Amino acid sequence: MPETITDLRLKDNSTETAAVGVQQASMQQALNRALDEILAENPKAVIFGEDCGRLGGVFRITDGLQAKHGEARVFDTPLAESGILGMSVGLAMAGFHPIPEVQFDGFAYPAINQIVCQIARMNYRSRGTLPMPITLRVPSFGGIRAPEHHGESLEALFAHVPGLKVVSPSTPHDAYHLLKYAATRPDPVIFMEPKSRYWQKGPVDVTNPTPGTAAHVDGGGLTGARVAREGRHLTLIAWGAMVSRCLQVAELAAEDGIDVEVLDLRWLKPIDAEALARSVGKTRRAVVVHEAPLTSGLGAEVAQLITQSCFATLKAPVERVTGFDVPYPSGDLEDEHIPNINRILFGIQRVLEYRRG
Amino acid sequence: MTPKSVLAAVDDDAAPLTHHQLRELYTLMAAVRHLDTSAVAWQRQGIIPGYAPGLGQEAAQVGSGYAVDRTRDFVFPTYREMGVARAMGLDMVGYMATHKATWHGGMYNPLESRFAPIQAVVAGSVLHAVGWAHGQTLAGNAEGDLGVAMTYFGDGASSQGDVHEAMNFAAVMKAPVVFFIQNNGWAISVPTERQVAGGSVAARAAGYGIPSLQVDGNDVVAVFEATRSAFAHCRAGNGPVVIEAMTYRRGPHSTADDPGRYRTLEEERLDAGEDPLERFKQRLLTDGVADEAFFADAQRLAAEEEEAVRAGIADLGPRPGAEMFSLVFQEPTPALQSQATAWREESEHA
Repeated sequence: MPETITDLRLKDNSTETAAVGVQQASMQQALNRALDEILAENPKAVIFGEDCGRLGGVFRITDGLQAKHGEARVFDTPLAESGILGMSVGLAMAGFHPIPEVQFDGFAYPAINQIVCQIARMNYRSRGTLPMPITLRVPSFGGIRAPEHHGESLEALFAHVPGLKVVSPSTPHDAYHLLKYAATRPDPVIFMEPKSRYWQKGPVDVTNPTPGTAAHVDGGGLTGARVAREGRHLTLIAWGAMVSRCLQVAELAAEDGIDVEVLDLRWLKPIDAEALARSVGKTRRAVVVHEAPLTSGLGAEVAQLITQSCFATLKAPVERVTGFDVPYPSGDLEDEHIPNINRILFGIQRVLEYRRG
Repeated sequence: MTPKSVLAAVDDDAAPLTHHQLRELYTLMAAVRHLDTSAVAWQRQGIIPGYAPGLGQEAAQVGSGYAVDRTRDFVFPTYREMGVARAMGLDMVGYMATHKATWHGGMYNPLESRFAPIQAVVAGSVLHAVGWAHGQTLAGNAEGDLGVAMTYFGDGASSQGDVHEAMNFAAVMKAPVVFFIQNNGWAISVPTERQVAGGSVAARAAGYGIPSLQVDGNDVVAVFEATRSAFAHCRAGNGPVVIEAMTYRRGPHSTADDPGRYRTLEEERLDAGEDPLERFKQRLLTDGVADEAFFADAQRLAAEEEEAVRAGIADLGPRPGAEMFSLVFQEPTPALQSQATAWREESEHA
């Protein structure tokens, strides 16, 4: 017999969790379920973009949603990204919660004016009377050998714009919870989905955003970074598809006795500076890994935040392992561009072997 | 194509304007003319740093703005719609605040006034109108009771791709949008014939299957009737309408512009045609709708109003600097909050 009501609740939860709460799902399935629930829970939520209705999106993220929720809630637009994003502004002004989709990251460029000059500024311009609760879903980053403009890393560009928030999940579990969280926020959120991870399965606990954390704390534990792997010697900082690669690297490094911590940044704006300080404050060494080009990339921002909080105790300068300052290369060269296991290991080596001159 | 031929089917409550309404239109035009010419003077006097005059466009702006129902419609302006704002009854100090450089977008409340914030990327807001209008359809308002979005843009903005996307979207979705083009002949220094291929903006509407009309933009009654018909068309669920009001920008593009570099005073005089305000006055006199005493009164009221607005904007101090940080997001980021803190501390120490 349980001693307290709390015990009873926990016990019931654990049973339920085992039965329906935790399930294996791909990121595509997790996102699809999140969108389904968002539509069910918020009558003002609308999903639209190119091919997201009858087809269910080229990545099938919106699969079945139109059939279930109707053509008014999930609809295809003409092929025009500026139109899709400009329309989002008007819908938000009319009290809706638009969840537009840009089919591929490179196609966000034609909509940059609407994203930067309009969506990002309308709350400011209107002195807070016209919030823009827009969640822009952008299938992002490379790794699927797609044609030009189908694999870009725009996070620094978006994060640099005042008025925008940027988030990128790395697991099906986070994809589900972060999307549901983003879609309830009153500010515009660029939701960058790592398209190379769409079909990878993982556990999804729909009942608890942050297993091990009280669900009511800190937006359900969804507002900041996540420690994907604990470690003592060095912190790898990554987001999106690079998180799983960094976890692989950490396993390989462990064979050599190097205990790597992996910090999944998740939010690229705002960046969780406290989590960086906590992790690197402990390990005293850091390598930032991202797919985007090096110069003026977010790695520089992360390195500066670490310098500010950990300068006195850092054992080496923060290293960066990134894509190169080249236009995103075609499929055959893609693996040279995206940080691979070897390059990340070299980055780790540079940090570990650093000696003050 | 005339307004009637396009829109006759839904234009059943188009009663002629009453004498009271006609006088009201004149009063509005007089107020707009006075405020507009005064705003240029304020710039010269250093009261405001810049202004985009609407001289000669009073009929196009007042006539269209007068057709808006503020209980259900929404207007998406650019930066030269002072006359529309005034016709819709906006707080003109709040409107002028953007020209005073007090706050981008103006200090009025867009939700109450139904007038979206002023912004300068022309054609950007044309798409917003389509989104808002589609929202009216999605909200499930009965046909005949749809809120209508009216978006203003010029012959120059019509070259922007967003106008194409907006017209195409609106036509595909049958969104209740009135695309109101003020063709004032000039996109800063470039005349319409060097700006608009195909002869007119209205002609493009045919390609989208959107009913369109060109209207004499210097005839306030014609503009009002065309706009009212277009609203009825949209409200009934028939989709968008394009109105191209042919008018003329009598002055510079902005107070920083020098039209002498691209047109002569003689060309201006010839191309501008009859002054829309004077033309309407003569018509009201001829029709016995108003007398000289009325016009004198309208002038006096306009002067009083201008004085009140001038005093209001002269009194507008800069906004508290903290707003610079607090109005970016509904939920500010920690980084922005710490920047605000640093700014406050460093300002106080300065």
